[in-house]
Amino acid sequence: MTQYIIRRLLQAIPLLFIISLILFILMRNTGDPLATMGGRRLTRPEDRERLARQFGLDKPIYVQYLYWLIGNDWTKIDMDGDGIPETPGTRKGVLRGEFGTSLVIRGKPVSTLIWERLPNTLLLMITTEVVIIIFSIIIGVYSALRQYSVIDHLVTTVSFVGYSMPIFFIALASMYLFAVNFKKWGLPYLPTVGMFDPQIGKTPAQVALHMVLPVFSMALISIAGYSRFVRATMLEVMNEDYIRTARAKGLPNFTILFIHALKNASLPLVTIIGLDIPMLLGGAIVTERIFAWPGMGRLFLDHVSRADTPVVMGILMLISVAVIVFQLITDIVYAWLDPRIRYT
Amino acid sequence: MATLLEVRDLTTRFHTLDGVVHAVNGISYTLEEGQTLGIVGESGCGKSASVLSVMRLIPEPPGKIAAGQVIYRGQDLLKLNESQMQHIRGKEIAMVFQDPMTSLNPVLTIGRQISEALIVHMGMTQKQAYQRTLELLNMVGIPQADSRYGDYPHQFSGGMRQRVMIAMALACMPSILIADEPTTALDVTIQAQIIDLVKTLRDRLGMAVIWITHDLGIIAGLAEKVIVMYAGFIVERGDVDDIYDDPRHPYTLALLKSLPRVDRSSKERLATIPGLPPDLLSLPPGCPFAPRCAYVIERCRQENPRLEIVDSHHEIACWVDVGTGRER
Amino acid sequence: METPVESMSVNGLDALEIPTLSPRALIWRRFRRHKMAMAGICILVFLVLYSVVGAFFVSESYANYTDTSKRLQPPSAEHPFGTDTVGRDILARTIYGGQISLLIGLFAVLVETVVGVLIGAIAGYYGGPIDSILMRFTEAMFNIPQLFLLLVMAKFFGGKIPTIQLFGRTFSGSVIVIILILGLTSWMYLARIVRADFLSLKEREFILAARTIGTSNLAIIFQHILPNSMAPIIVSATLGVANAILSEAYISFLGLGVRPPTATWGNMLDGAYNYIETAPWLWIFPGSLIVLTVLSINFVGDGLRDALDPRTLTQ
Repeated sequence: MTQYIIRRLLQAIPLLFIISLILFILMRNTGDPLATMGGRRLTRPEDRERLARQFGLDKPIYVQYLYWLIGNDWTKIDMDGDGIPETPGTRKGVLRGEFGTSLVIRGKPVSTLIWERLPNTLLLMITTEVVIIIFSIIIGVYSALRQYSVIDHLVTTVSFVGYSMPIFFIALASMYLFAVNFKKWGLPYLPTVGMFDPQIGKTPAQVALHMVLPVFSMALISIAGYSRFVRATMLEVMNEDYIRTARAKGLPNFTILFIHALKNASLPLVTIIGLDIPMLLGGAIVTERIFAWPGMGRLFLDHVSRADTPVVMGILMLISVAVIVFQLITDIVYAWLDPRIRYT
Repeated sequence: MATLLEVRDLTTRFHTLDGVVHAVNGISYTLEEGQTLGIVGESGCGKSASVLSVMRLIPEPPGKIAAGQVIYRGQDLLKLNESQMQHIRGKEIAMVFQDPMTSLNPVLTIGRQISEALIVHMGMTQKQAYQRTLELLNMVGIPQADSRYGDYPHQFSGGMRQRVMIAMALACMPSILIADEPTTALDVTIQAQIIDLVKTLRDRLGMAVIWITHDLGIIAGLAEKVIVMYAGFIVERGDVDDIYDDPRHPYTLALLKSLPRVDRSSKERLATIPGLPPDLLSLPPGCPFAPRCAYVIERCRQENPRLEIVDSHHEIACWVDVGTGRER
Repeated sequence: METPVESMSVNGLDALEIPTLSPRALIWRRFRRHKMAMAGICILVFLVLYSVVGAFFVSESYANYTDTSKRLQPPSAEHPFGTDTVGRDILARTIYGGQISLLIGLFAVLVETVVGVLIGAIAGYYGGPIDSILMRFTEAMFNIPQLFLLLVMAKFFGGKIPTIQLFGRTFSGSVIVIILILGLTSWMYLARIVRADFLSLKEREFILAARTIGTSNLAIIFQHILPNSMAPIIVSATLGVANAILSEAYISFLGLGVRPPTATWGNMLDGAYNYIETAPWLWIFPGSLIVLTVLSINFVGDGLRDALDPRTLTQ
């Protein structure tokens, strides 16, 4: 098992290289980061040139990639534009754990920017994922057991609708209902934007209250998809011979369901959850935008639109690593659940 | 001997998209204590459906036990609710299935799968159940039981898994063991071992056995009574010797002819039954075997014969006397 | 022969003999029985008619006509769906936006399918180093969540293509950009399916036979192997249309999609959340149309999957 993990991690290295290369090339052509630097227009051409030299933007793309990857402290850069490099570089590069500094918010390290936002995103995502897993298992198992009952049909239809909903539609609709209309009707209403009410401060209760709508919006879509999936795998498993054996033993329904069936049915679910957790980050872009949640999705949006390569690259590489790590975790959990799987 | 189980007019149907499958069509039989009953027939003749109906293990929907009674020790099992039925299954009537590869839960240890019935039905503690499970594994001939307790099904061979299934079925000392073609999926040499094992344990524990098979050869040395089923009907019933020495139904006759026998010349080709079993979706109005029957007469196509006594303890459902080839 | 009773343990139904029909007739019969899928087809026909026939009643210039004095008007007899932030009629815009959204969905899937099938087929058929390189690339693309990739690519291609004239109408060139990037960020799954199919099929006897009589590689790929993996491709393409429409809505919603004045259901939603309290009609109508479209395509895809899969039975 340990060997398997090590091998998988080694395989991830070339993969991350390819990803970084693709993204770097794409990002380099997305616009002029200097145009919006520091929130003001840089009109003087000599200022622009100096900055371009400072950030290495005048270099060919493969050199820029190299600097991004391994830094430029081993070489000198030409700061004054006379064609002779004289100033030693200071960047250490991603491989030595430095993601560089933002081009837009001048001098702010990428890692600081990300660390400020990451906990907020993780809080939202982990809560959402827990809600998703609990509800989709309950709903999926229930509708599998009461196959073709009114509730099953209802759940199937609702989940189909939910699955087809863009997250912004759910978000807007739930905001409209629970915040705008509840307020209008004099009911207790939910806050719509931000992480907390600035007048009250960042208390756990405030944050929890502000999380309700975003979590609800994100979870609803996934619950819809997952519960259909749980239902289908449960139906399949419930038709297996070993379930008939369990019933022939006279076991109570609860044991059959939650031990004999669910353990088998959870195998494909684990795979899907493992693949989807990093994808939730994608959903988080839209959610964070609508609910003004100060997370990584919004950080990404703000900086991608201003072609801030170091920040965007930092976020995307972090997500790529997360995807790979979650795939590995999925494999490990899978092997733990299914004794037939042995990785070598 | 006292009657242990009495099945009366059991009728089971499956309501599918393509129509109603008449899987079991009003069969009746009795099982005495300690007796072994063989149920014989081709694939798809309703053998399994009939015993699954007794256990109330028919998947509903699409299945439905439409009529009949299953009286076990004076109690109609078809009238029990699900939780009462759970006390019958595994404890009073246990079952061994055809395919040991798929009948064991792949993600639970075999020890757990055997001991859980003990905990549920016998009220044992984990520790008692563990000890008892080891005894059971020894009893069914699994060596080094204590080291294999924590193994998973995929770590066992087919024959060993069927032994595990048997240990599981016998865990609570049931009065009836239903064996649904337990040797079909196994190699021939393993088959004989499993049959011997069931015989030995039956005699030791004094339980009744219902053994389902498509192989008349297996039944000969095992059962006392035999039921021959075709298209969900019982077509012949009698003591095992009567069925073998004096088969009266053309179907039984054909089945016996298709068996390889040592007392016949090896050059002789084995007989086969022409055609296929009938479509249980739309049974013909007459005898279901008529289209494939060598003795068919006009009446067979009009009317389905009822099971009638032809000799002491010997019943057939047929219009024809196979001795003369004429209507009885 | 297997009959229903014996195989009950599997499904209780699945071994029933179905009268022999040609595969096409059988698929159609199974599909027709899928009520949801048939409902989906009906809704789709309605939506296509809505955006095509509707165009005969209102002109595109009307849909793009701005009048800031009439901005954010609630639904009324004159403007049944209300007006947007610059006073355009939302009903008219949903008609023309529908055309673009549906076209984007279809053409993006075309791009996706061509790229996915090509990469999958080449990787699976040739194997070896070509396969490794292509699959590494596929995996790399897979590892970046699609929305992030879409946003980066939308920036990459954005703003470089001018407006285009087609059939006497003016479109924002960003329509083509969006079609391209949607196709180029979604082919990976299909490529994997096709590759897996090719890997298993290329060793089969009939392919070896074709090869021994000197059939060219191209002919083997397109005439012998590809038809055998049509079922998953069709299903994936159908569901892909729904995904493409959704993705278009996402990037348009985030302001990086199709540029005005060309309307799509997605870009009509851009900024709507600023008016959540005052003008809900801004997002309710285009949003509902998106949901309805995606829902019915998903129904159809589900029906197709059941109809094309020999192992599942319609319920």
